[in-house]
Amino acid sequence: MPPLKHFGEGLLRGLKITARHLGRKWITVQYPEQKLTMSRRVRGTDIIWDRESCISCRACERACPVGAIKMEVSRGEDKKLKTDDITVDLGLCIFCGLCIESCPTGVSIYIGYNYANTTYRCTHCATDKSGTSPSNGHCGELIRSNDELLPNDAVRPRSGYYRPERAGELPPQTLLVYQTTYGEDRRRKKESR
Amino acid sequence: MTLKTDHYVINIGPQHPSTHGVFRLRLTLDGEVIIDVEPIFGYLHRGMEKLAESRNYTKNIPLTDRLDYLSSMINNQAYCMAVEDLMKIEVPERAQYIRVIMAELQRISAHLAGVGFFLNDIGAFMTPMLYMFREREKIVELFDMVCGQRLNYNYMRFGGVAMDLPEEFLPALKKLLNEMPGFINEYDQLITTNEIVLARCKGVGVLPRELAINAATAGPVLRGSGIEWDLRKKRPYSVYDRFQFDIPTGENGDTYDRYMVRLEEMRQSVRILKQAVEQLPDGEYIGKAPKLIRPPAGETYTAVEGAKGELGFYVVADGSENAYRWHVRAPSLINLTALREMVIGWKVADLMAIFGSIDIVMGEVDR
Repeated sequence: MPPLKHFGEGLLRGLKITARHLGRKWITVQYPEQKLTMSRRVRGTDIIWDRESCISCRACERACPVGAIKMEVSRGEDKKLKTDDITVDLGLCIFCGLCIESCPTGVSIYIGYNYANTTYRCTHCATDKSGTSPSNGHCGELIRSNDELLPNDAVRPRSGYYRPERAGELPPQTLLVYQTTYGEDRRRKKESR
Repeated sequence: MTLKTDHYVINIGPQHPSTHGVFRLRLTLDGEVIIDVEPIFGYLHRGMEKLAESRNYTKNIPLTDRLDYLSSMINNQAYCMAVEDLMKIEVPERAQYIRVIMAELQRISAHLAGVGFFLNDIGAFMTPMLYMFREREKIVELFDMVCGQRLNYNYMRFGGVAMDLPEEFLPALKKLLNEMPGFINEYDQLITTNEIVLARCKGVGVLPRELAINAATAGPVLRGSGIEWDLRKKRPYSVYDRFQFDIPTGENGDTYDRYMVRLEEMRQSVRILKQAVEQLPDGEYIGKAPKLIRPPAGETYTAVEGAKGELGFYVVADGSENAYRWHVRAPSLINLTALREMVIGWKVADLMAIFGSIDIVMGEVDR
């Protein structure tokens, strides 16, 4: 047992430190009303595939550690490879980004910038079946097919993961490390006085 | 008249919050005193080592993230170093420094989580844990900035790292490093001399020096028992020989010492980080490595100082794209083997403090 003469000291010290927090900046974010801007390289919750630039080499399929990407490829009349079907099992995907790194074209497969697919109501859905914002406020269907999960459009934001050249176009990250201050606020207050 | 009493066998866990995941302890009690304990694990077993033998070397990097998921960067580093050793790949200096920065940040964040959960286990509800998670969050944001993920980073590659540091990384890191010592001092003031913490930790669960060595424990558990053993210093890898830092050790090998060692290690990590940021050279972030890794037949054991102790990868290559044998020397599992010696004779409430002070991650125990 600790000596009795120190009894209560720890409690007082703890209260003092906790009280010191009252004067500090809040770090909590009122999600979903408030959102921090994610990292530009974020590996979000969806894989975006670009039909136009894909050369159907299946490098992404081979690079996937869990086999989440499945491609069906055939040769067309002009002897060129074309993708008949691509499915990404997002339940299986571990979002490691190895498919993006392996892509020889560098632009055919992206990880989305998005991290929250949830909405309060279906009327808040960001995209409808055609991948554009709903005009009548109703998305029609909540469950989307694989084809719709891999749209070839610019509606869903793409992250700059493994694409340093894109980094400039994307918004900078808002960080807790910038928001919270230990001594800086106090210093600034002193200076302003 | 003497009463005839039987020993009582109870299970603690796996649903108990202090069992740190899917882990169960079968205790034999005499009243409230523990006379025997049998740790039962394997609920999380994912066959990671076997899986790794069926995947090629690059695909195994994301697997290593999931071993000790609170220190994924260090796991990445250890595995990449093992394969680099097999392939004789040179790692550029900048990449070495980036790896050290990531590993030390990860060590701080792992210790913050470890100490936070430990204090939560001994009844310091929420406050210290939330304070520590606040700082961990900042480190996680730095990782997010670098590699786009917050838990399973998959950042290191054979020959270096996947991507260079973004331009906003170093200012944010410098700001964090200036703040961090203040926060560590705050935890120190808040907790270290608290009567309840002292009463519940001082002299509890003593792991004697000899036993700590014989049980092959490593990391803060070993150093808490007073043994100055740190691979970063004793067998320097990467660029650790260029930094000035100390190895904190305990004196009694009790729960309190293990906690104090972790707290001091965070300070030392900040010290290393400050030096690494100053010395960070320009240049390539990844060296010359083939896309398809096919090491020549051979074997390697490469160990680094993980947040929980010596983390080693034993890889046997047979010349093909896949490893022939892949084994992880997981510090959590080996530190756990000393648990029995530590808890016998103590009461059930002390078990939580002792178990929390070992700081295990079940992902690493049940590979």
